[in-house]
Amino acid sequence: MSFAASSVISLPREPAMTASDAVPAPGHLDLLESEGVYILREVAAQFERPALLFSGGKDSAVVLHLAIKAFAPGRMPFILLHVDTGQNYPEVLDFRDRAAEAAGARLVVRSVEDSIRQGRVVLRDPNESRNAHQSVTLLDAIEEFGFDACIGGARRDEEKARAKERVFSFRDSFGGWDPRRQRPELWDLYSGRIGAGENMRVFPISDWTEADIWRYIARENVALPELYFAHEREVVERGNRLIPVHPLVPLRAGETPVVRSVRFRTVGDITCTCPVASTARTAEDILIETLAAETSERGATRLDDAASEAAMERRKLAGYF
Amino acid sequence: MTTATALDEGRDLLRLTTAGSVDDGKSTLIGRILADAGALTADQIATLAAQAVREGREQIDLARITDGLTAEREQGITIDVAYRYFATPRRSFILADVPGHEQYTRNKVTGASKATAALLLVDARQGMTAQTRRHICIAALLGIRDVVFAVNKMDLVDWSQDAFVRMRGAIEGFTARLGFRSRHVVPVSARSGDNVVNASEAMPWYRGAPLLGLLEALPPSAVAAAGPFRMSVQMASRPQGASTHDFRGCMGRIAQGTLRVGERIVVAPGGRESTVQGILTPRGPAASASAGQSVTVTLADDIDAGRGFMLASAEHPPRTGREVTAALCWLDAAPQDPRAPYLVRVGAREVAARIALPDARLDIDTLERAPGGKPLAANDIGEARIRLQDDIAYDAYAACKATGAFIVIDSRTNATVAAGMIEHGL
Repeated sequence: MSFAASSVISLPREPAMTASDAVPAPGHLDLLESEGVYILREVAAQFERPALLFSGGKDSAVVLHLAIKAFAPGRMPFILLHVDTGQNYPEVLDFRDRAAEAAGARLVVRSVEDSIRQGRVVLRDPNESRNAHQSVTLLDAIEEFGFDACIGGARRDEEKARAKERVFSFRDSFGGWDPRRQRPELWDLYSGRIGAGENMRVFPISDWTEADIWRYIARENVALPELYFAHEREVVERGNRLIPVHPLVPLRAGETPVVRSVRFRTVGDITCTCPVASTARTAEDILIETLAAETSERGATRLDDAASEAAMERRKLAGYF
Repeated sequence: MTTATALDEGRDLLRLTTAGSVDDGKSTLIGRILADAGALTADQIATLAAQAVREGREQIDLARITDGLTAEREQGITIDVAYRYFATPRRSFILADVPGHEQYTRNKVTGASKATAALLLVDARQGMTAQTRRHICIAALLGIRDVVFAVNKMDLVDWSQDAFVRMRGAIEGFTARLGFRSRHVVPVSARSGDNVVNASEAMPWYRGAPLLGLLEALPPSAVAAAGPFRMSVQMASRPQGASTHDFRGCMGRIAQGTLRVGERIVVAPGGRESTVQGILTPRGPAASASAGQSVTVTLADDIDAGRGFMLASAEHPPRTGREVTAALCWLDAAPQDPRAPYLVRVGAREVAARIALPDARLDIDTLERAPGGKPLAANDIGEARIRLQDDIAYDAYAACKATGAFIVIDSRTNATVAAGMIEHGL
């Protein structure tokens, strides 16, 4: 985040160039970056109380990086909001706090644990994944702070319900996503007009693929939690997945933990994210693995999507990111 | 793969929109492209294989690759535009996959608005349907440059060259006057894969490239680097820090042309001129920046150029005014109301508007101008005069998409009710 670190900006005062001076065309990553910046500026211009959903995961780290760039030399105007399931890796939460501080941003954390204590969320099984329950906590936080827009790091290449998302995704006063009620989204004209109690979710990196994300992280040196890079970890092999050994994910009969070199391809709730075998210790190495990967990003790593083909769609209908 | 190859971001992108009629095999064709181009991962193929076993089929159903929502599966239809991302060694693709139902014209317009090329499907047994003609018409209206027609289900007409030649003749006849830069027609069978990614042995009489090869060879969807400089101002940047209190910037993304430090620009509407003092790009200060880049521009003079103004080349300024003629695609279920309080959004400028009854409408079956007079209803395309409460800066859509395109918002419902293109004759 070197770009933001300096609040003093020296503007060049070169003489005018002639029209014959060729300007190199921006590359694909430059265009994606500029598109993200454009969308974030539309949010700042069109909404009164926007929040940026920030979990410390790689996609939200990229969105925060873009947001800092978008408003330099001014301050990044968004409040950061994290919905904590209470079952996140401590190093990710540490990273979240450090990144928010480095950005000079206000961080608001609302937890599913509190929602459970308040009776807003009722667990049928104390060990069930809290991933889907985040929606309740998120919607309560939106109401508490009066957020009119929530910026998220969802990408269309991740999952089939997300493939149908708008960049500006309209949510009714219940927070629900109704694919039939989405507005036509033409050219680069994003309409953020909403009524009282309604809400917009905005996805500035909709058009990025997993490879674009890693290419950008490598180019920009975007800081990430260590979990994303290869490290030794105790896991068990369950089917085609590696399950991290952790009190929240009990071993099954007959399972023997082994130590493997792994990294997390997605980072979320401990109960629903699995690492993959890897020796990639840098963003460049991860990019190379990503380009050669035989499994999709969420395929081998997300227990929440694996539950059913329509799992994401159902969560989104209920107000998920 | 080397690190240098992996880190190369690539510059060759094709933004493609695809459309077909119901049952002409579009989902199977897209599934076939993705599968044969190697864009599917092992776990995605395993999921499809498990579906096939569960449903008692011997082969995986390629159409299921692009299967969307439960609601869609239950009704056997596609509701909404889905975006697909894939890459071949030659280029990257962003595909806006648009459902075929006639009532979803708004999706076709949405898909076409960001694309430079269209892939249109025709069933070899049926030929062009009313829906096919509507797709072609919308592609032409929105300024798509290159069209590729896939004549599908060739296996069901015995790979007949005669059937294909007749079909190609009809397509070329219908599209001759529409001003496309390139038109290709390719015979395929999505189900068997013939001529999709790999050349067909069943159709040796076809000497052209397979579909994917044609798509790889189309001109890339380059940003509008040529043409005079245009940028809508999204926000003014006035940071409140001690070291930045003198900073006054205009934030926006360059829509067309190139901007250079020292150049004269005009703020429109209004017509005040200034000189570019500095350009801040996402990668830092720069002497110049070009179309597609988000920038913060500082000007030599302290003039008001906040959201809704356009920065443009002083030498080639945009037009300004409060009355325009435009082609309109009506998208909303509620028909046009000439007295309704609409808002027109051009760039970052939102202005109250009254939209007159159309002077003409387009008959999409004949591509002829038809008399106007009646309010535009959902799926109608017409030409109308628009009166605005305030001046706007604009260009004709044909000259600059970004400054000639607008949406119409109903201020009572906030619905986006129409898409418009300024001075874009039917």
